Amino acid sequence: MNLETLNVRGVELQFFRGGSGAPLLLLDSGFSFQHDLAARLAKTFNVIAPLHPGFGGSRRPEHIDTVDDLAYLYLDLLESFDLRGVTVVGASLGGWVAAEMAVRCSHRLAKLVLVDSLGIKVSDRETPDIADIFAIYEEELMALLFRDPQKFKIDARALSEQALACMIEDRSAHALYIWEPYAHNPKLLGRLGRITIPTLVIWGGNDGLVKPDYGRKFAAAIPNATFTTVAQCGHLPQVEQPERLVEEIVRFAGDRRAS
Amino acid sequence: MKAYFFSECAYPYLPAEYDSIRVKLPNRIYDPEKGAQLFHDYIDEWVAADELGLDLMLNEHHQTATCMNSAVPLTAAILARVTKRGRILILGNPIANRREPIRVAEEMSIIDCISHGRLDAGFVRGVPYEISAMNSRPVDMQERFWEAFDLIVKAWQTHDGPFYWEGKYFRHRQVNIWPRPLQQPHPPIWITSTSPEGAPKVAERGHVVATFLTGFDATRPVFDAYRRRRAELGQDTPLDRLAYAALIYTGDNDAKAVAVGEKLLWYLNSNRVPMQFVNPPGYHSTATVMKIMRGAGPFAAFGRNTTADMELQKGVLFAGNPDTVYKQIKALYDHVGGFGNLLMMGQAGFVTPDETIKGLELFSREVYPRLKEL
Repeated sequence: MNLETLNVRGVELQFFRGGSGAPLLLLDSGFSFQHDLAARLAKTFNVIAPLHPGFGGSRRPEHIDTVDDLAYLYLDLLESFDLRGVTVVGASLGGWVAAEMAVRCSHRLAKLVLVDSLGIKVSDRETPDIADIFAIYEEELMALLFRDPQKFKIDARALSEQALACMIEDRSAHALYIWEPYAHNPKLLGRLGRITIPTLVIWGGNDGLVKPDYGRKFAAAIPNATFTTVAQCGHLPQVEQPERLVEEIVRFAGDRRAS
Repeated sequence: MKAYFFSECAYPYLPAEYDSIRVKLPNRIYDPEKGAQLFHDYIDEWVAADELGLDLMLNEHHQTATCMNSAVPLTAAILARVTKRGRILILGNPIANRREPIRVAEEMSIIDCISHGRLDAGFVRGVPYEISAMNSRPVDMQERFWEAFDLIVKAWQTHDGPFYWEGKYFRHRQVNIWPRPLQQPHPPIWITSTSPEGAPKVAERGHVVATFLTGFDATRPVFDAYRRRRAELGQDTPLDRLAYAALIYTGDNDAKAVAVGEKLLWYLNSNRVPMQFVNPPGYHSTATVMKIMRGAGPFAAFGRNTTADMELQKGVLFAGNPDTVYKQIKALYDHVGGFGNLLMMGQAGFVTPDETIKGLELFSREVYPRLKEL
């Protein structure tokens, strides 16, 4: 994958690009765990995987500070490349952004894949749908994120200066985008009915951060959606079960060719 | 030098074991009867300090046993009425966390009116462990602080009818506060900064900068940053622009005073706060978080038990007989290049009302006259 930069309506947007086949926009989770989902998907698709501004050491212009802004930014990106028939895959925060794109404007989109997506409110006012990741211990967070937390533990003291700084700034950007209303747009659930493209809602069967039931409700609100789970997997299938996730995405969207 | 007596209104009756004193310590631990009595004790102590010729300082925190004073305008308004002469310093209003700066401007105006112009209006960004309690976004908090600040100051100073404000964080179409403050054009303004990065912006506006428990090592850089910025602007820095807060107890003899000083350390030693509340995303600079995550930096000693000896050495605690206390303060004063306001945390934890007031009496009689000469 090559890291490229494109000026998208005044934003110097950085993105990884690689592979050939039908276009696929991959929107990352907001969590700083290494994975190679983009490279795996590039075997089947022409993948564009942006760094959300502020993540991965990228610069965030001051006026980009909401999920809304990200949704418009990536719609503009698709327009810049004049891409059509795009499959959008978004995980966690990226899933929320993908859903916001699809409810706005789907004429460049062919299919939508939401992986353990944030973005909606389904329970009553006194029941959290999404655990408060900023108010718990690191170990508690890891237990929510992974079926097997030990395997993915990051030792901050072993990281290079640059990697540690990047992780800290990722966390700050993550908070900026999801702080309040916490990890959701109160309006989004009511708008999901506007998404008419085929949609796959895929969930880690052991996701402790956002339970599979939330995913079922997400799928139920989208007219043409199916729901499936990945076994032995927490909130981040791209990290914990990448092979299974890629299989599902390819099965769902991989039979298309670039038009 | 002016001296302000400060009490954080602690609720000291803690269980032997607890995970965090901030944010999530269940309030079933709080006994309303005991709390009510404490509020009266604390107000009595401020009244006594006022009668002894000291100025008064109050602050605000949320969801914590370290400070029951979760709505400082209320206690300040009481002091405005029941005290007679001391300045009433609120340090401060956590305006990056308050949703309505206009309301803060109104509250401060009322206190200034009732106190006949004795209010010193302080503003703080708020400590990191307030973030969760207030559901306040820690990213770009400074920016929100300064917008709230500008709005409050404009509300105080605009007298020709409503003005318009459509900022990034606050939006109003008709701002026209009643009452307006008694002091003109507005009460003196204080702002805290415990690192050199924050001081220049305070210096540019000429407000008082206050630093808390920063001791010999970390106080001078804050004051120097302030003085440097003033000098760049061609302005001097009178001593009354600089304030330092410490734990202070004056006793008949050193041993007795240090024993009470040790009790004041409740404030530091009970302050157990988990990392998720100490280091919320975007609150500290990346460089600071890197230090924190590698086990160094400003919170390295957090939650570890400290002793009077250690804090006396650092210049965080001043305790002893009157002569000793004067010398300790003077040593820090000389080390940091002087300051004109001493903020004295003279009550914390289980220091009793009798002990508190006795310490204040000795201080005001034996120490304060010498400090006033500085």
